[in-house]
Amino acid sequence: MIGLLALHLIAAAGAPALTRLLDRRAFVALALVPAASFLWLLPRALDVTDGGAPLVQRWSWIPSLGVDVDLVLDPLTAIMSLVVTGVGALVLLYCGWYFRHGDPEIWRFSGVLTAFAGAMLGLVLSDNMYVLFVFWELTTVLSYLLIGHNPERRANRRAAMNALLVTTFGGLSMLVGLFVLHAQTGTARLSEVVADPPSGPAVTAAVALLLVGALSKSALVPFHFWLPGAMAAPTPVSAYLHAAAMVKAGVFLVLLLAPAFADTPGWRPALLTLGIVTMIIGGLRALRQHDIKLLLAYGTVSQLGFLVAVAGAGTRAAAFAGLSLVLGHALFKSTLFLVVGVVDRSTGTRDLRELTGLARSLPVLFVATVLAAASMAGLPPLLGFTTKEAALAAFVDLGDDAGIGGWGTLALAGLVVGSVLTVAYTARFVWGTFGTKQVAAPTLNPPGVMFQVSPVVLSVLGLAAGFAGGALTPRIASYGDVFAEGAHAPVLTLWHGFTPALWLSVVVVVGGLALWLLRRPVARLQATLVERLHLPDAERSYHAIVRGVDRASIEVTGFTQRGSLPFYLGIVLVVLVVVPGTAAVRAWGAPDVSVGDGSTFGPDDALRVATVALVCAAALLTVRSRRRLRAVLLLGVTGYGTALLFVLHGAPDLALTQVLVETFALVTFVLVLRRFTPFFSDRPFTVTRRVRIAIGATTGLAVGAYAVVAANARTASPIGRAFEGPAYEFGGGENIVNITLVDIRVWDTFGELAVLVVAATGIASLIFLITDRAQSHRETRRARPGPGDERQGWLPGSGSLEDVRRSVVFEVVARAVFPVLMIFSVYLMFTGHYTPGGGFAGGLVAGLALAVRYLAGGRRELDAAAPVDAGVVLGSGLAVAALSGIVPVLVGANTFQSGVFDIPVPLLGDVHVVTSVAFDVGVYLVVVGLALDVLRSLGGGIDRHGEEGHTDSGLSEECTSAPSRGGAPA
Amino acid sequence: MTVDLALVIAIVVLVGCGTTLMLERSLSRILVGFVMVGNGVNLLFLVASGPSGAPPIVGRGGITDPLPQAMALTAIVITLGVSAFGLALAYRSWQLSGNDDVKDDVEDDLIRRRAEADETSSSFDEPETDVPDEEGADA
Repeated sequence: MIGLLALHLIAAAGAPALTRLLDRRAFVALALVPAASFLWLLPRALDVTDGGAPLVQRWSWIPSLGVDVDLVLDPLTAIMSLVVTGVGALVLLYCGWYFRHGDPEIWRFSGVLTAFAGAMLGLVLSDNMYVLFVFWELTTVLSYLLIGHNPERRANRRAAMNALLVTTFGGLSMLVGLFVLHAQTGTARLSEVVADPPSGPAVTAAVALLLVGALSKSALVPFHFWLPGAMAAPTPVSAYLHAAAMVKAGVFLVLLLAPAFADTPGWRPALLTLGIVTMIIGGLRALRQHDIKLLLAYGTVSQLGFLVAVAGAGTRAAAFAGLSLVLGHALFKSTLFLVVGVVDRSTGTRDLRELTGLARSLPVLFVATVLAAASMAGLPPLLGFTTKEAALAAFVDLGDDAGIGGWGTLALAGLVVGSVLTVAYTARFVWGTFGTKQVAAPTLNPPGVMFQVSPVVLSVLGLAAGFAGGALTPRIASYGDVFAEGAHAPVLTLWHGFTPALWLSVVVVVGGLALWLLRRPVARLQATLVERLHLPDAERSYHAIVRGVDRASIEVTGFTQRGSLPFYLGIVLVVLVVVPGTAAVRAWGAPDVSVGDGSTFGPDDALRVATVALVCAAALLTVRSRRRLRAVLLLGVTGYGTALLFVLHGAPDLALTQVLVETFALVTFVLVLRRFTPFFSDRPFTVTRRVRIAIGATTGLAVGAYAVVAANARTASPIGRAFEGPAYEFGGGENIVNITLVDIRVWDTFGELAVLVVAATGIASLIFLITDRAQSHRETRRARPGPGDERQGWLPGSGSLEDVRRSVVFEVVARAVFPVLMIFSVYLMFTGHYTPGGGFAGGLVAGLALAVRYLAGGRRELDAAAPVDAGVVLGSGLAVAALSGIVPVLVGANTFQSGVFDIPVPLLGDVHVVTSVAFDVGVYLVVVGLALDVLRSLGGGIDRHGEEGHTDSGLSEECTSAPSRGGAPA
Repeated sequence: MTVDLALVIAIVVLVGCGTTLMLERSLSRILVGFVMVGNGVNLLFLVASGPSGAPPIVGRGGITDPLPQAMALTAIVITLGVSAFGLALAYRSWQLSGNDDVKDDVEDDLIRRRAEADETSSSFDEPETDVPDEEGADA
């Protein structure tokens, strides 16, 4: 059975390609998939409905959550799956002639419809509640796509959206119900839940939630309005989804749960009332339609109400009748929809006031329609008659069987009224479509034989099944056996004597025909009633709700999203102060603080106090500074001061990184700020400034208080101290911080590398816009001075600088320092395992070396120093880091596991090699890539904007168009 | 665990000054504030990790806690990457509008105006009397 689902999936995936190859005839090939499924299921279905054991298949998916693909073929699912695959095959076949030649949209349609057939089959076969839910929602989404097949019209989009919102709402409610049921029973398998049903208030609520899902899917009042709107879908979709298959999912769920939960409080009143009300409302509205497709749509709403009322009645006879009605309805309603499609395609209209004389011009179709319509109206000798008889008989005994007394009779009366309306609108449909009227006949484009095959086959099946009541009875009854025996044994037969059900059938047919004959006065009466009585309209209420949600969201968004960044940040900070601040105040007590952390105030402590004083002064001056450059330099003071505090604390790695980062950041800030005006833009000194300072000051005090409270509250000894042993044993190094980065918490570091790559790419794309950043160094390579070039200086690229900007001393120093710095950077990277250093520090030193070259010689010099694209460096760094994680897996170890080897080398002795050094190489490369991108973008890129005469303000030309690639270098 | 008051004062001043700067509208000021808050928070890690001691190298007695140091180290480098990105944004803003001020969001302002005028969102589909039809536009 899983194979069948997979087959549908593969066919759906291949459908677009197939339509390109075969155009609309691809549907014929696609029809083979459900047809093959039907043929595979048929013998097995015959077996399980004949007393055979249910066919069970299980594929473990997420066992820890109880989510497994459990498929089961029992009598109910067997019959449902035959309907789904059988009608599906015929509808797909029909599509091969329904669509116009070369329809540009069918590539999508074919895939979606085939996928739907698979999802629907999965839905009826699933035994696991969550898998059933997944398929349930899949059908909802696919139905949305199919209704929105033609998205050009607003009304169609809205119809698709309505259907989606309503059924998804029901689906969510159902999911909650499933959760509760799962929690109450401890099993996610529906067959187990049904076999041993729980009870209690929670279960009652769960069942009610499940029924909301079922009713919304099956378009019962008050959810019924989405189904007529769904008629915007192509007719095959209406025939399959909105008549035979998807809307039956709700009925199926009711049939599935009825054996276990029919006696749950509220079940019968809800389903009988809503079902019968839907049946009557649908019938009344069907009588008022002129579009024959809409007439059928309201007829379907009415029939679904009927099905749910019967399926939910919860007696053996009613369950039997319910399942047989599902079968009968699938056959006749899809026939009728397919007929509408043929008529629509042949005449170009679906308005019954314009259609005339088709009985003579389309005789075969006419016969098929009469058969199906007679089945819908419940006339002998069709399946519709035998099943309706069974339903009426079941409801005659409902009061006694279900123990609800007189209510059963009332329900029976409701069914009869609904059935009278059914006969009336059936007559209206047949007369409307095929009758002869006093209007000009529409031009007829005769349909081909193959176009009519599917409706004819379906209608003939309805006729044959009418006679096959004897064979069908035990098979359908095998589903209802779980119910207690009722007053009569249900049976499908054309003749069972002069029973009350037969007399009721006579009443129904006579009444219905009378209603149709008196259609003019009836229509007038209906129109007056609708005008006079302002009945609550479900669709209008739905729109009011949707509008209300939209308005509420606008109000909430408008109130909270003021658009001002300082405002948002202020809110965040105030929350940061108020919420944890309350806890901090309560826990304050007597803070345990000291100046200096030893017992005596040593030289370290004196230095620390002095540094803190310097940092604080610099920070306060930064806030007051109006010059950009001064602010940045003062920021640097706080940074270097922080580094000194790191050293005093005993964190040399941090201090090293901090110093390097601070230096590099200083260069970066200056590179950008040189293009700005020297002063920050003026802001009037207003109240907001005081508010800002107040918020900032309280935030600082609050964070300080948190530091004191959190540190004072600490009782356990830190886990980091325990890293010492493993760092040496498994990480093979002595610098614990570095081992933590490249081994113990390597995933964190790997994530950080990804962030750096993203940031670097972002910087480059903001400066170079849509040109590629590799362009710069390629140009330099082309423009490299030849051997005869006289302007060879100390640095090969500096010749491009204007003479006034060159400094010989700086060039000499840069030339001398660069190789030393590069070697030092590699040294730092490799020795990071033992002494402070590592990939970050090494990469930063290399980045500073490049910065020196750039500052001394300009951007050409930078390109000469690093003749590679920064993207390549970043990418290879990330790749090396990833490989150092993957390779251990390939040799059978864990991801990122370090290997420690001592390799004997002659003369040198044993060389200690730790494989995690490869990860450090990756880190090094990523940091160098970042530095290169920063220098090339914020340095060289901005230089070039200046050289090319772009104004610093205003929209320059380059922002809107890419500079020509082949242009001569400036 | 006793806390070193000097470090706490440094945290208070750095975070306080940093957030004050971050509440400004000039992007370069915001970035200066951002880096400053970063320094303050890294010191916070240091305070939380316990008293000072020997560098966390195997074999030294009385070492400091290495785990917060590793975390702070990545934070330092990330701060560099993010502030460089912020500078690129500031430059771009300068290129386009001649200043580096962060302005109010236009879309948010539109929504605010809609809320004041009691209107629905622009994507809301007002129901019409139109009947959906499978043939669509050409029918």
